[in-house]
Amino acid sequence: MEPISHLNHTPLHPLHLSLGARMVPFAGYEMPVQYPEGVLKEHLHTRSAAGLFDVSHMGQVVIRPKSGRVADAALALEKLVPVDVLALAEGRQRYGLFTNPEGGILDDLMIANRGDHLFLVVNAACKEADFAHLKDGLGDSCDVTMLDDRALVALQGPRAEAVLCELWADVASMRFMDVAEADLHDVTCIISRSGYTGEDGFEISIPAASAVDVTERLLEHPDVLAIGLGARDSLRLEAGLCLYGNDIDTGTTPIEAALEWAIQKSRRTGGERAGSFPGADRILAELAGGTKRRRVGLKPEGRAPVRGGVQLFADANGAVPVGSVTSGGFGPSVDCPVAMGYVDAAKAENGTQLFAEVRGKYLPVAVAALPFVKQTYKR
Amino acid sequence: MLKFTEEHEWLKVEDGVATVGITEHAAGQLGDLVFVELPEAGATFAKGDSAATVESVKAASDVYCPLDGEIIEVNQAIVDDPSLVNGDPHGAAWFFKLKLADPRSADGLLDEAAYKELVG
Repeated sequence: MEPISHLNHTPLHPLHLSLGARMVPFAGYEMPVQYPEGVLKEHLHTRSAAGLFDVSHMGQVVIRPKSGRVADAALALEKLVPVDVLALAEGRQRYGLFTNPEGGILDDLMIANRGDHLFLVVNAACKEADFAHLKDGLGDSCDVTMLDDRALVALQGPRAEAVLCELWADVASMRFMDVAEADLHDVTCIISRSGYTGEDGFEISIPAASAVDVTERLLEHPDVLAIGLGARDSLRLEAGLCLYGNDIDTGTTPIEAALEWAIQKSRRTGGERAGSFPGADRILAELAGGTKRRRVGLKPEGRAPVRGGVQLFADANGAVPVGSVTSGGFGPSVDCPVAMGYVDAAKAENGTQLFAEVRGKYLPVAVAALPFVKQTYKR
Repeated sequence: MLKFTEEHEWLKVEDGVATVGITEHAAGQLGDLVFVELPEAGATFAKGDSAATVESVKAASDVYCPLDGEIIEVNQAIVDDPSLVNGDPHGAAWFFKLKLADPRSADGLLDEAAYKELVG
């Protein structure tokens, strides 16, 4: 086995070890891939009760406008993302994308308006590059700070609200994508009602020194189970959510990735602040005229999982290639294999039958609507 | 005669036919299985060929043919219910029966004590 001593640890690392997690290298961190219950039971528990995830490897970034006006930070950030940040109300969060001049995706992220500053959560593997990109793009008008002294945990599932209510009663008044500050167990945390599972739930930013204490309090609840990266991946796949590096990257545009919903009207052609983000020419042209390929859901007809990297064909003999799978596996909640990938636009309609090459066989798969499970966000 | 491979298969050899499965250690490492693909009866394999595939939520893994031989029977029960492999890996969840090309070839595999030492 490769030595993993050079890997970073999150503030919850000792807790993972005490819970018997199997630790693996992930984005420069040693992270729990699963606990003794295993991926299947962890996945199902999250959908039936509540799962607790350590996502402290992700980057938490504060953008503070030098003028003191958060609108200045919003306008500065809009130069890097095709998102309406200016209209984001205080205490609200939305999904965004950093794009490059070719229209590709540098990373996906969450953007919150915290009143006097913006609070961003970015992917672990991209966080150093994102930080440099932000300093470069916004440094004149804003102070950009990476918060290295905070943990981030996600509490997800139908019991998440009831569990968190026991530490902070006001949580029940939060709606999907609200962001608020709260004292949990006398520790000031930043809570957003969001997540990466398709379930209702919360992401909680905790000062590192108190992270084990607060997390243990949440885990004490009989409805809560610690969940590893394995189930995090199967949960987000069933929810139809992209994994940066698999489903989206610098070689895919937001429109190819079917993420046009993340581009608000004000940034589109004819909007008040149309364009003026990296890659706007290509992205706005694709928004109007379509793309050659699209990200779609894929439902294998048999029981065999069809995984990332598998090639897709229009015919059962593998003569006419039409795309490839970017994420795929078994969906424990839907009890069948599920996948997503990119296919030629002409083959992107739901119900289109394609064939996936798996171990020399051409298995029938159908283009299917995403998500595979019903989202239960509290809107 | 019970034998083991370093690839975590067990073989129960009777009259030149090996019943083959994966060990409890292997099943534990793989986690809950959700899919099993078995070879067809009549197929012949050389030692080390991929003869079957098992998949967990997370990943696919090969099950290698432990010796040269011909598949004479497969266990449809584990295809119908892959969780059997996690529940009873050394019993009901055998994978296939292999008619050995050389009945003495199993002699060179690990015995139970040697396998236990291998997996600690």
